[in-house]
Amino acid sequence: MGVKIKSMKNEDFKDNETLESLNELGDNVFLTTIDNVLNWGRSNSIWPLTFATSCCGIEMMAAGASRYDFARFGIEVYRASPRQADVIVVAGTIVHKMVPILKRLYDQMAEPKYVIAMGACAVSGGPFYYNNYSVVRGVDHVLPVDVYVPGCPPRPEALLYGVMQLQRKIKTKSIAAKKKNNNDGEKSGADEK
Amino acid sequence: MNSPIDMSEEIIKNIIVKEDDDYIVNMGPQHPSTHGVLRLEVCLNGETVKYMVPHIGYIHRAIEKMSESDTYKQIIHLTDRMDYLSAHMNNEAICLAVENALEIEVPERVKYIRVALDELSRVASHHLWWSAFGMDLGALTTFFYGMRDREKILAIFEESFGSRLLHSFVTPGGLMHDVHPNFQKHIMEFVRYFRKKLPEYKQLLTDNVIFHNRTKGIGYMSRETAIAFGVTGPSGRGSGFSCDVRKTAPYGLYNEINFKEILHDEGDSFTRYLVRMEEMEESLNILEQVADNIPEGDFTAKMKPIVKLPEGEYYQRVETARGELGVYIVSDGKKFPYRVKFRSPNFSNLFVLNTLAMEHLIADLVTISGSLDLVIPDIDR
Repeated sequence: MGVKIKSMKNEDFKDNETLESLNELGDNVFLTTIDNVLNWGRSNSIWPLTFATSCCGIEMMAAGASRYDFARFGIEVYRASPRQADVIVVAGTIVHKMVPILKRLYDQMAEPKYVIAMGACAVSGGPFYYNNYSVVRGVDHVLPVDVYVPGCPPRPEALLYGVMQLQRKIKTKSIAAKKKNNNDGEKSGADEK
Repeated sequence: MNSPIDMSEEIIKNIIVKEDDDYIVNMGPQHPSTHGVLRLEVCLNGETVKYMVPHIGYIHRAIEKMSESDTYKQIIHLTDRMDYLSAHMNNEAICLAVENALEIEVPERVKYIRVALDELSRVASHHLWWSAFGMDLGALTTFFYGMRDREKILAIFEESFGSRLLHSFVTPGGLMHDVHPNFQKHIMEFVRYFRKKLPEYKQLLTDNVIFHNRTKGIGYMSRETAIAFGVTGPSGRGSGFSCDVRKTAPYGLYNEINFKEILHDEGDSFTRYLVRMEEMEESLNILEQVADNIPEGDFTAKMKPIVKLPEGEYYQRVETARGELGVYIVSDGKKFPYRVKFRSPNFSNLFVLNTLAMEHLIADLVTISGSLDLVIPDIDR
């Protein structure tokens, strides 16, 4: 099953080994066609949740606005309700007081759901890593993160690239692969969703 | 002598009496119109707000505590992230405090560039507020118009500093490095461009009847309330409280620049809107005065890599896009400060919200909190 994203060549992603290994799973003759249709739909209409805690939220707004306009890539419209959202872009620092709310928001989202950690704070705690009592050092302590977008704050182009990576990841998903994994009892954290 | 304003009356009005059968609705922490992770515990009587309690701390990043283990040149990277829309002004506050403590005179060129950066940030910040405020009230067009023109300012920033939002460009003693040779030219181009756009915004939102109905007479704040709660910035000036630090306690180059403080008396949401729109024009005037006259020279005064402030307490205040930011440094003569305290404008501006929103509809609560222009990480720090 090849990965087809109109705007980006396959070779551009070659460094990402996780995606390549995912690609090898689930090469079923009957299911690939269904997979292709499903994944085409899913990857081209990822609706994000309006969840911005700090500075990165401004760059996320900029990515959605006139110049960068990530509606071009199908990450179309911000939903205020987690029940209508497909992806949660964790834009900004997560502190301990915010963790239960973030977890609840994630639990309220419908499957399939994805997480993009945007900015240094969401990736690792960023500038607030040392000498700090309140900041969670990376949102991956709480949620299974699909794509990390580094930067403080990342440029809108970086977020766009992250979104395209996520699209490619979605395109490697297969119903067969999921079944195979479940039968083997191998759950590999963030990969298995 | 003027009789002092009776603060107790203002504060008594704000005392909240909770009852067991109150109907409580939580707004936030994840709510698009709170502009961040603010939680408002709203008590409703039908659709009318009975009282409202703001809960903060959802983005408390311990910036003050972290400052105690950073050198003075490192603190600027944290102040950037406090009020990220007026990052330059936040940096300038801590830089001026350190410079005053060490009695360093910065070069003329630095002073001019700092003022230009302050005013560019102010325009960008008010402009983003304009876009977001329109969006809060259901006018999505303003968001796209606003972000389109804001990118022009960010392009100037990017050219000189390499980053769009958080620059950490102003350092104690001067600037991080020199600005791009095209800095002046592009500012003037931007000023000319933006002057043409302002009438468009007026047509789009300021003269809009629906907008008038949503904002006029909503969230009235008297001058007394503004002073009692310490509401500063455009929100305070919309109530006739003369609180522009650039005028009352000039720093940098501001006492040599010719500009007027925007003051209005009506005190409702629409007035606060008008103050910001007029401040953008005033900032363009300042930019015109400054950008053409940036003198040649050094971009920084001579500074040691690690500075030690003499023992003592230092206070410096600056006018950010949201009001008065105060930096209070206690030094015990070491390379790290003993204590740093920020008096952030948004913290004071938030707690007047209950007084303004009482007896209003819940839809107007969005208007009022929007018109105060809150940045939540600045409240929690």
